[in-house]
Amino acid sequence: MNNILIQVVGVVILLILGFGFGRLAEKRHFKRIIKREAASQHLPVVATRYPPVDQPYSQILVTGNVVIASDYFKGFLAGLINIFGGRVTPFESMLERARRESVLRMKDEAMKLNAAYVFNIKFDTTRIATGRLAAMEVLAYGTALVPIQQGIKDTQQPVLVNATV
Amino acid sequence: MLVSNLELLPDRRVEKHLGLVQGSSVRSKHVGRDIAASFKNFFGGELKGYTELLSDSRDEATERMVEQAKALGADAVLNIRYSTSSIAAGAAEIFVYGTAVVLTDE
Repeated sequence: MNNILIQVVGVVILLILGFGFGRLAEKRHFKRIIKREAASQHLPVVATRYPPVDQPYSQILVTGNVVIASDYFKGFLAGLINIFGGRVTPFESMLERARRESVLRMKDEAMKLNAAYVFNIKFDTTRIATGRLAAMEVLAYGTALVPIQQGIKDTQQPVLVNATV
Repeated sequence: MLVSNLELLPDRRVEKHLGLVQGSSVRSKHVGRDIAASFKNFFGGELKGYTELLSDSRDEATERMVEQAKALGADAVLNIRYSTSSIAAGAAEIFVYGTAVVLTDE
C-alpha cells in the first residue's frame, strides 16, 4: 500500500515538474523562434525545384537539424488523448517548434554565405528512441543560391571552399 | 565537389550521368549521454547531444557519398536526398543518395 502511494506521489511530482518546466521552456523557445524569424525574413525559402535564371548563382547545400524531447507531462497527456482519439496537441506544438527551429538553423547557415534564396527545401523527420525517451529529430535542407560576383568564377569564390564537403 | 538537392544548375549543363551514389552512417551515443538525455526528457527541450550526433553522422554519410562520386570521376552530385531511421535504442541510420554527374559550362 505504502509502495503504491510513493509511486503515485512520484508520478504526480514528475507531472508537475514536467508541466512547469516544459511549459516554460516551450514558451521561451517560441519567443526566440518568433524573434529570429522576424530577423531572417529577408531570405526567402522556396519549395520549388527549378532555380531562377536571372543571374548566375553558385549553389551550396545548407542544412539545419534539431532534436527536441517531449516532457513527462506531454507524454502523459498524449497517453490520455490516445484513449479517446483526436488531435494530440502536446506533440503538435513540439513538432512545430522542431520544424521552425530547423528551418531557422538552415537559414542561419545560408545567411552566413550571403545567399539570395534557399531553394527546394525538404524535411526529414525521425523518432529517436532511447529506452523510455521520446524525442523527434527534424532535418531541414535545401540549396542556397549565392549570387556570383561579376567576373569571378564560382569555383574561385571563397564561399564554395568552405561549403565543400 | 558540388553537392546540391536541385536537379538543374542555372548556368551549367549536365554532360554525363554517372548513376546513383550513396553514403550511410549508423551511430550511437555513449551511455552517459543517454542518461543525461533521459533526465532532460522529463522537462522537455532540445537534446543538444543528439542534435550534434546526428549532424556529425550526416556529415560522415555525405563524405562517403562524395568519395564514391569522386571515384567515378564526377564533379557534382545532384538531387540528393537525406533519409533517417532509428534502428535501435540510441542508434540511428543516416542515408544520403544522389546522382553523380559531369558538368560543362554553358
